[in-house]
Amino acid sequence: MKYVTKAVVLDSESIDRSLTRIAHEILESTKGASTIGVVGILTRGARLASRLTERIEQIEGVKVPTGSLDISFYRDDVGVRLNPEVHRTEIPFQVQDRDIILVDDVLFTGRTIRAAMDAIMDYGRPKTIRLAVLVDRGHRELPIRADFVGKNVPSSSLEQVKVFLEEVDGRDAVEILGLAEGGQ
Amino acid sequence: MLSCKHITTVQDMTAEDIAKILDTAESFIEVSERTIKKLPTLRGRTIINLFLEPSTRTRTSFEIAAKRLSADAINMTGSASATVKGESLRDTAKTLSAMACDLVVVRHAYAGAAQILAECMDSHVVNGGDGKHQHPTQALLDLFTMRTHLGRLAGLKVGIIGDIAHSRVAGSLIPALRLMGASVVVVAPPTLMPSRPDVLGAEVSYSLDEVLPDLDVAYMLRIQSERSDRMPFPSLREYARFYGLNSARLASMKPEAIVMHPGPINRGVEISSAVADSPRAVILDQVTAGVAVRMAVMYLLLGGVDVESAS
Amino acid sequence: MLNLLLKGGRVVDPQVELDQVADVLIKDGLIAEVGVDLDTAGCEVLDCTGRVVVPGLVDLHVHLREPGREDLETIRTGARAAARGGFSAVCAMPNTVSPIDSGAKVRFIVERAAADAIVRVHPIGACTTGQKGESLAEIGDMLAEGAVAFSDDGRGVQSAGMTRRVMDYAKAFETTIISHCEDESLAASGVVNEGAVSTSMGLAGQPAIAEEVIVARDIMLAELTGCRLHLAHLSSAGSAELVRQAKARGIRVSAEVTPHHLFLDENAFAGRYDTYLKMNPPLRTANDREALVAALLDGTIDCVATDHAPHGLHEKEREFELAPFGITGLETAVPLVVTNLVATEKMSWSQFARALAIAPRAALGLVEVKMASGSDADITIIDPEAEVKVEADRFESKSVNSPFVGLTLKGRATEVIVGGRFALRSGEVVSL
Repeated sequence: MKYVTKAVVLDSESIDRSLTRIAHEILESTKGASTIGVVGILTRGARLASRLTERIEQIEGVKVPTGSLDISFYRDDVGVRLNPEVHRTEIPFQVQDRDIILVDDVLFTGRTIRAAMDAIMDYGRPKTIRLAVLVDRGHRELPIRADFVGKNVPSSSLEQVKVFLEEVDGRDAVEILGLAEGGQ
Repeated sequence: MLSCKHITTVQDMTAEDIAKILDTAESFIEVSERTIKKLPTLRGRTIINLFLEPSTRTRTSFEIAAKRLSADAINMTGSASATVKGESLRDTAKTLSAMACDLVVVRHAYAGAAQILAECMDSHVVNGGDGKHQHPTQALLDLFTMRTHLGRLAGLKVGIIGDIAHSRVAGSLIPALRLMGASVVVVAPPTLMPSRPDVLGAEVSYSLDEVLPDLDVAYMLRIQSERSDRMPFPSLREYARFYGLNSARLASMKPEAIVMHPGPINRGVEISSAVADSPRAVILDQVTAGVAVRMAVMYLLLGGVDVESAS
Repeated sequence: MLNLLLKGGRVVDPQVELDQVADVLIKDGLIAEVGVDLDTAGCEVLDCTGRVVVPGLVDLHVHLREPGREDLETIRTGARAAARGGFSAVCAMPNTVSPIDSGAKVRFIVERAAADAIVRVHPIGACTTGQKGESLAEIGDMLAEGAVAFSDDGRGVQSAGMTRRVMDYAKAFETTIISHCEDESLAASGVVNEGAVSTSMGLAGQPAIAEEVIVARDIMLAELTGCRLHLAHLSSAGSAELVRQAKARGIRVSAEVTPHHLFLDENAFAGRYDTYLKMNPPLRTANDREALVAALLDGTIDCVATDHAPHGLHEKEREFELAPFGITGLETAVPLVVTNLVATEKMSWSQFARALAIAPRAALGLVEVKMASGSDADITIIDPEAEVKVEADRFESKSVNSPFVGLTLKGRATEVIVGGRFALRSGEVVSL
């Protein structure tokens, strides 16, 4: 199947603005940065987590601990499919009693977030877990919602919503991809 | 996923399979460092450790690996002689298959046992050591340990020292190292050499002192001391004098070279106490790697097909 | 008994320098006449056009398992398998559960064969009591009861001194000692050839030298004692060379090779622990195999013998190291030799007759059978073009442990005549 870009939802500047806004919203909700720990879901969620942490540090002037999380081993469909690559989870701080900000690029069925929450719980008992995503595209299959959203993007389940990041893909953008004409 | 359904020999795997297992094992090492060392990954899957030859270490390692992945791990132990007099290995295999287990780890006193199981079972089979043939997960954990300490496998020069002829560890490690681009020299008196070490892919030396300075890894094999008649060397003392790794010999090695041993070690025979306890010896790291590598093998064999993670 | 005329077959017998289309007249269990266009009057005529007619084939190395393991084979079923395979006679090795080491036991085989066997069955007696290699068995007594040769096949006599004693004693009776050549201290627990396969499969190896040192020893003892020596199932190039040298020195020695050592080598394993490839001596290298073929073709090795060794399915399904040695061979030998050697023109039909009919009789001093007037009418008729699918459920043998099952081969015996009576007719074994 070949996918082609149907629409650009966010460009580089709007991604930047979204992250700044989310950083402010997080600080408001947690009343400061002192109890925060940011955990990004590998691969792109972790990159967004780093950017978000930088924003928060710029705003508050304090160090915010950041980690990255691989949820491969927590997926509910391991028997059916595997992530072709697993990466090492790095959470270099105590999860216990922290306000965890879980970061991912796209919120879709909610299953990844379910897996990520289980994974975090295995590291300790956080005070709260809040979810920040760059894009919420709908189609939830579990009772999960995001606390901080860059942009809501209504989409068809036949489409893909893809986040491109400078660190991974060489450019920043969020695009809706659809099947090529006559493709399948 | 891996290109093979079973791991009965190292040759079942491609270099890509091995690299994937080692990469995946990296993540499982992290799990072993946590307070809660448990993942839900293989919940509801059944793994049987069929150990028909006594082994505490390997069985424990497989059992921990299965349990850390939340699989139901069941140990079945017995002796090969019991299967001779009673149920045949084929019937045992079919019986386990009928119980709908997902993966069987088999340790057996005779070569080819894992192949027999793979032929008459639906489930995945992992060879936990068959006679004097192979012990592929030992090779994988050894590769993992070498890669961790030396940063690479390709181009390494590994010396395997000891009873090569009767060692399933050597039987798997030599072809595994060759597959990953390392070179191997086996070192032992001729009475402990297999007749054709070249078919495994190893060079041969009878002098430990000559090869040590070139090695990145000195892999010491356990010397069986229980043997009685027709010992392949005159005494343990003489063996230690010519083939034992002691501090003086360690000093002749490259400064970054490491010392490995599949355990259990025979202090004072193939390895001196001082060397075994030195920071150059990574024997306990091998044990740690064993659990992670076996978790990776179980995860990759029992997991489904590879897909890009859905957004 | 009606006279039988074998009409228009290619009659081959180098003993009488015969290889031509001819008729063979059989009267009263004997060959009455061999000639062209014989009178058919008063004869049952068997059209042998396109067939090869040779003296009845002899397999001088089979294990019939009776008495003791009648679940694997009996004298009756073994003889039927022999007939199906084209043999008019077999020599039964003495290593039954209780070895054939006395006149009484030999008489049991002889009597049982007379009652049950469709082909001739010649017992071979043990050299030493219980085949233990410790004391002389009653060789004279066994000869008197019908034994044709003596062997501790299955193990071999380990002590050189004991072997000399056996040969010295046997010499007086002008009988043959058949050596199973295996030095147990060298063969140790080996289950495959020592070399590439033993190394890569992690199995204990049995070196060729374990056979060769005994081949050399027994040749020297035969030279010393003057006893007639026959070497069983040679498996290595080195053994063949030792026999070649011995014959050049004029020592009375003969040798056999099995079809599996001629047509299989250790490469057949290909990493699989196939117990149907487990035999003793083990399959050796391709180089050994080629040397054995060459030695058979140049006459260094005299005969092809099968070492027919029936084993139960459940025994062969064990772990490789626990499974018994040996495979069945009676029903596949002729098709294998025809397909691999005769059809490929490496071996002439005269050589075929020598290797499977003439040399085995000579090795053990059995009554000669010639395609000439006055000889016993023991005759094998072969259809060289017949296609043979080797199928386990078609074997006459009680056991099916053959690595050749599944092959399609060319050439088979269609008739076997023993003393003027059919044992095999139109490819089917005749009921007694």
